[in-house]
Amino acid sequence: MFVTWIRAGALALAMAGAAQAAEDFIVVQSTTSTQNSGLLDHILPAFEAESGIEVRVVAVGTGQAIKNATNGDGDVLLVHAKAAEEKFVAEGWGVQRFDVMYNDFVLVGPVADPAGIKGGADVVAALSAIASAQAPFASRGDDSGTHKAELRHWQSAGVDVAAASGGWYRETGSGMGATLNLAAGMGAYALTDRATWIAFANKGDLEVMVEGDDRLFNQYGVILVNPEKHPGVKAEAGQKFIDWLIGPDGQAAIASYTLDGQQLFFPNAR
Amino acid sequence: MQEFAQEFRDAFALILAGDAELLAIVLLSLRVSLFAVFFAAVIGMPLGAALAVGRFPGRGALVVLVNALMGLPPVVVGLLVYLMLSRSGPLGVLQLLYTPTAMIIAQVVLVTPIIAALSRQVIEMLDAEYAEQMRSLGLSRFATVPVLLWDGRIALLTALLAGFGRAIAEVGAVIIVGGNINHVTRVMTTTIALETSKGNLALALALGAVLIAIAVTVNALVSLLGQRAEVREAMRNA
Repeated sequence: MFVTWIRAGALALAMAGAAQAAEDFIVVQSTTSTQNSGLLDHILPAFEAESGIEVRVVAVGTGQAIKNATNGDGDVLLVHAKAAEEKFVAEGWGVQRFDVMYNDFVLVGPVADPAGIKGGADVVAALSAIASAQAPFASRGDDSGTHKAELRHWQSAGVDVAAASGGWYRETGSGMGATLNLAAGMGAYALTDRATWIAFANKGDLEVMVEGDDRLFNQYGVILVNPEKHPGVKAEAGQKFIDWLIGPDGQAAIASYTLDGQQLFFPNAR
Repeated sequence: MQEFAQEFRDAFALILAGDAELLAIVLLSLRVSLFAVFFAAVIGMPLGAALAVGRFPGRGALVVLVNALMGLPPVVVGLLVYLMLSRSGPLGVLQLLYTPTAMIIAQVVLVTPIIAALSRQVIEMLDAEYAEQMRSLGLSRFATVPVLLWDGRIALLTALLAGFGRAIAEVGAVIIVGGNINHVTRVMTTTIALETSKGNLALALALGAVLIAIAVTVNALVSLLGQRAEVREAMRNA
């Protein structure tokens, strides 16, 4: 009797949750910048129409995306933290890493510019100036690709941000958009990828302060999750997506995405 | 602020113009939360009633626990359900992560304690009123449970509404186990979170207004049903 009830419950639950979508789909663990900027909405329909494979995107910070992929909760990883990606492959969680595209990070801040860094092209010098002025800085603080990049630059500047945490250095622990909302609200500086920045609709009195430093280069990579570690991985469909993304069609689709007349991502697969 | 008000009006007009995509999101929100409340009621009401009429050691502690679980943080529930449903988790083979079913499961966990705790309160009051009468009819304590649940059905609607309110409004659990995947697991609250993170504050707020309107509509419908049932009852008793 009890077992019958459980069975009935499981069946009802399955019917309640039944997805009406296609059988053939892959889950891509990706980063907020590719989604919030609108890039994926722009390029995915072409692949889906051509291949018949539906691409389901889970957009989280790079750290969380890698963690989820390590747990086997995705077929493809599309993120932007090269060192962490190479580690992911070296540990056997991923098959192989391919460059996909790049853009750059920009340092944004309030028009009032209390640290006096506007117009500079040296991100490390700018961060040093922010630290000595003790001007508010909004950090992602979430182990995302942008957060990892930001921490590298603080290290180069010789600033111990952990000591300033809660003071002028404020870790939001949230996505890029939430962090920019906060920076706009409290007149703080922040490091952001340019794509999210251009697409962001609530800039307030924030402006680009520092850009064009080679160290602000932001590379995106794509990796198939290793089916030997997680037999559930849809290796064939996932590889098809990767081949498309780094092939001529995918690369052209990436290059064709513009917002306000500006190209947001630059394809550079080899 | 004036500019924002204009933006808000524009966004609202856009929504009212009847966007098919938005309609699908609203329907998914309703489907997930209504099913969650249904399953939570199936578990929570008998549980609450048993707690109300049962006399066993540890009952007091259990009542406190169920009451406390009403305040379960959604993000913690989301994380627990994620760990269960992840490919690396004990239920990974079911492949439920990032599906509406996973979202229903998370909301059932959130809502069951609310319905159980509020049902217990309702049934306990009814039990105090009718216990002797029913015992004189020779009913055992647990045999009175279905009778009491039926008798308290109108008051129990409030418990269901409280559960529905919790389910339709939460974002922390569904965004983790659903993944906010476009056309698959994107619901009202995760859409609002997404638009906020894009800086589209006016659109996010307008979507919030729609969510509130839905909640008001559901509550109004249920309260109307409750009133009609009450009237029918009064006429029968007259």
